[in-house]
Amino acid sequence: MEVRFPSDERPPAWKIAFLQYLIAASFLGLLIGYWRLQIGQHAVYQDLADKNRTRNLPVIAPRGKILDREGRVLVDNTPAFTVLLSRETPAALTPEHIAAIARAMQLDPEEVKHTLQRAANLPRFQPILLKQAATLEDISFVESHVLEYPELELIQTQQRLYSLHEMGAALLGYVGEVPEDMIAKLGSSYRPGDVMGKFGVEGEYNQILTGRDGSRRVVVNSRGQEVGDLDVVSPTNGNDLRLTIDLDLEKAAETSMGERPGAVVALDPRSGEVLAMVSHPSFDPNDFAKRIDPKEWDALMDDPMKPLMNKAIQAQLAPGSVFKIVMATAALETKTISPDFIVHCAGVATFYGRPYHDWVVWQNKPSHGTVNVHSAIRESCDIFFYTVGKMMGIDKIDYYAKALGLGAKTGIDLPGEAPGLIPSPDWVERVFKHKWYAGATISVAIGQGAVVVTPLQLAHTIGGIATGGVFARPHVAFQDQLRALGDEPPETAPQDVPLNEDTVSTVKSGMWAVVNEGGGTGAAARCPEVQISGKTGTAQVVSQELQQSAKTGEYKNTAWFVGYAPADKPEIVVAALVQRGEHSAVAVPIVRDVIKAYFDKKLGNKPAGNQLETQAKVLSQVQPASAAESHHSSGR
Amino acid sequence: MGRPFRTSDIDWFLLGLALAIAIIGVVEIYSATLHSPLAGLYRKQIYWIILSSILALVASRLDYHMILEQTPWLYGVSILLLVGLLVAGHRIAGTRRWLQIGSMSFQVSEIVKLIIILVVAAYFADRRNKAVTWGDLVKLGIFAGVPAALVALEPDLGTALTFIPIVAAGILFAGIRWQDVAILCLAGILAAPIGYHFLRPYQRERLMTFIHPTQKTQTSSYQVTQTKIAIGSGGFWGKGLGKGTQGRLGFIPVARADSIFAALAEEQGFVGTLLVLLLYFALLLRLLEGAQTAPDRAGAFLLIGLAAVLFFQVVINTGMMIGIFPITGIPLPLMSQGGSSLLFTFFGLGLAMSVKARRYVN
Repeated sequence: MEVRFPSDERPPAWKIAFLQYLIAASFLGLLIGYWRLQIGQHAVYQDLADKNRTRNLPVIAPRGKILDREGRVLVDNTPAFTVLLSRETPAALTPEHIAAIARAMQLDPEEVKHTLQRAANLPRFQPILLKQAATLEDISFVESHVLEYPELELIQTQQRLYSLHEMGAALLGYVGEVPEDMIAKLGSSYRPGDVMGKFGVEGEYNQILTGRDGSRRVVVNSRGQEVGDLDVVSPTNGNDLRLTIDLDLEKAAETSMGERPGAVVALDPRSGEVLAMVSHPSFDPNDFAKRIDPKEWDALMDDPMKPLMNKAIQAQLAPGSVFKIVMATAALETKTISPDFIVHCAGVATFYGRPYHDWVVWQNKPSHGTVNVHSAIRESCDIFFYTVGKMMGIDKIDYYAKALGLGAKTGIDLPGEAPGLIPSPDWVERVFKHKWYAGATISVAIGQGAVVVTPLQLAHTIGGIATGGVFARPHVAFQDQLRALGDEPPETAPQDVPLNEDTVSTVKSGMWAVVNEGGGTGAAARCPEVQISGKTGTAQVVSQELQQSAKTGEYKNTAWFVGYAPADKPEIVVAALVQRGEHSAVAVPIVRDVIKAYFDKKLGNKPAGNQLETQAKVLSQVQPASAAESHHSSGR
Repeated sequence: MGRPFRTSDIDWFLLGLALAIAIIGVVEIYSATLHSPLAGLYRKQIYWIILSSILALVASRLDYHMILEQTPWLYGVSILLLVGLLVAGHRIAGTRRWLQIGSMSFQVSEIVKLIIILVVAAYFADRRNKAVTWGDLVKLGIFAGVPAALVALEPDLGTALTFIPIVAAGILFAGIRWQDVAILCLAGILAAPIGYHFLRPYQRERLMTFIHPTQKTQTSSYQVTQTKIAIGSGGFWGKGLGKGTQGRLGFIPVARADSIFAALAEEQGFVGTLLVLLLYFALLLRLLEGAQTAPDRAGAFLLIGLAAVLFFQVVINTGMMIGIFPITGIPLPLMSQGGSSLLFTFFGLGLAMSVKARRYVN
């Protein structure tokens, strides 16, 4: 290219002037812009700059401990590290960055992203609890990657420690992350990643157990490292909660139950205090205290034996023959029968044109012969109670079953209690749109048909009858303690159901005979230390035909035993449920073991101590007069 | 060279302005990198300023006509360099912008920027008063467009954009019919969506942030927010040297380079902002004054091109700090840390002095 440089011509002056004015105008505009920021909005930006260089870190308040009635620790805390994700420099939180962090922490990147989105409406200065119970690898990763991931921060926290592991897990419950909808709720103080009680005592008394987190405002340098504290708000620890549970009885119940599925509830019938509560199979709540692996969770959820259910209050099953105590009480109270009323049992009887069998038929045993209410309870004669049921009618059964605490929640201070069901003609018409079949009353009379109860209800009901009509609301936390902590617990004062003294003594003598007389179905509960009374129950879960055709054990009978002691003034009532137990005999020793543990402890006995001496002492103390009397009247 | 050396040939005022801005830049680089792994960086910048000043003095001794005659092969070499970079360049932080010579590395696009100024000046040197034709527009479009596209591919969209004011100023001063200006503007508006299509995701995000500044979740919005916090918190007198928390604690991205003006505004306040903008204003007016007294069209166009690109960079850079323009990688000339930009800016100023030394004096 040839370039010539003629010098006779220059750009016109107006164009230069235009450019000068353009420059002047632009600079003026810039200056106005800077003026507005630096002078006009200085205070706003000064504040933002201060917030920028400081960082708020939560100081997590430890949850209160859960103690047994003697103050022994059932649920404790253990120091752990939590990884926080600061959101104060959102520029750093690119999807790739998040994914890298998630990989290093062995978290699901999608989940982390989701958590971040959930926290989008929270103030920026609040970090997210990224990973609780950080492993050693996590901790060393955070510490060695300060420059790459300055937004990661470690704080010391308290992690829930369930030192009993699977023992009492359904009762104690577990903690888990606060669900989304609760965080989203207006005025919620929860942050994503926060922990709350989810189930059992942890869930019911979450408010009491939860402390108030503190915070630290720290100055951070360019790499997000702390330089110093600006101010500190100390955390308020959660309150310790003492339960009515006795660890010794809990252990005894767990041990006696072994690996079998089912539940045990021990109550003090005088106060309603729950002394032990077992639900099997169980789970280890420590798995929940960390972040539970979704696979483990699914396995727990899909387990047909429902380990995440507190069967003591949630399993609704036919009570079988235990219901006969309710029947006997109702029949005597309504004067449908007298204590001397007799029925001849031939193993089978016809009601409403259909044959009904006694259980002895299925066991190939001789029939009960002539029975009165005492021996009918003792031997659990079905024919006797079919007859009484027919005589009394469903309305009276329904009324008394409900008055005695069945068919409705007991009101225990645990989440998820099931109400059970006592069928009534009303209920049948409402649900099935047909009239009550008179034959159904016959099944109900032996605790079958549509009757379902929870183990807690049975303990509550039998305890109430055994105490002569004192029905105290079962509870696991001491009322005065709750009141002292500012909670308003529902009333637990015993509710009296007026029962005729004669009725009570007749029914109780029957229950004493179940264990202590020849031919009693609960003979296995006999125990030298204390005389136990009770009632067995073997309940079908399906029809006799289906049960016999089934190859697996899933339709096996439910085994029940509800026992109490001492006979005159019961201090403890225990209900044991063994699912697929086949026969009530398997439930009987469990109740015996728990009651024995109670009296061993009360009387200062070592379980393996010198028994002869104490046996005499206990017998003289607790042998009830009424039971002794009834001894003579039995055997008919 | 051809002329004996005279100190009056050197525009000491222009050089003084440039040095004053550069030294303020060094002070801010020092402050922004204090206590950081880059703490010694300001020294390197001083060496570059010394080297650049010498280069400016040498350039002022050169006859700019001689340089303009070399334009065709300089242009050819620069295109080859750009292509070479794209083909074989080392990636630094995901971009291929740097040419390694020994232990030094140069940002090739900065050289190309100067060469575009020369190309435009040479093109219009002998145009007389003929209005710019569509043929001229197409030719200039290709001359500037090809290297601009290559630079944009590095990717360095910011520098590629700086070619536009050079060509635009050239066309304006060469004389263009108003209706053609209108058509060009219209074409530009229509082409914008197509251009958007070629942007990289982060560039799109920056653009969208600019259009919707309230969407706080975006990265580039964060950048603008942080620079605005820095500037606003500076107040009237500033926080003082080394006390800018925004810059020193790393909240302003690259406070030593593209965002240096925000760091300055934070530590020196509105006073500092005003002073530096006045220095730039004086520098630009000095260049335009030179354009008016240039001995020929070539000299005038050279100065106008230089003034246009410096003006563009200063306004865009300081404007994007307060959110007037979307974030683009355009350094603040003379102040931002970086040798290549300094070197070629000073070289350009040296050529400006060369034009001034040969000014037409009645």
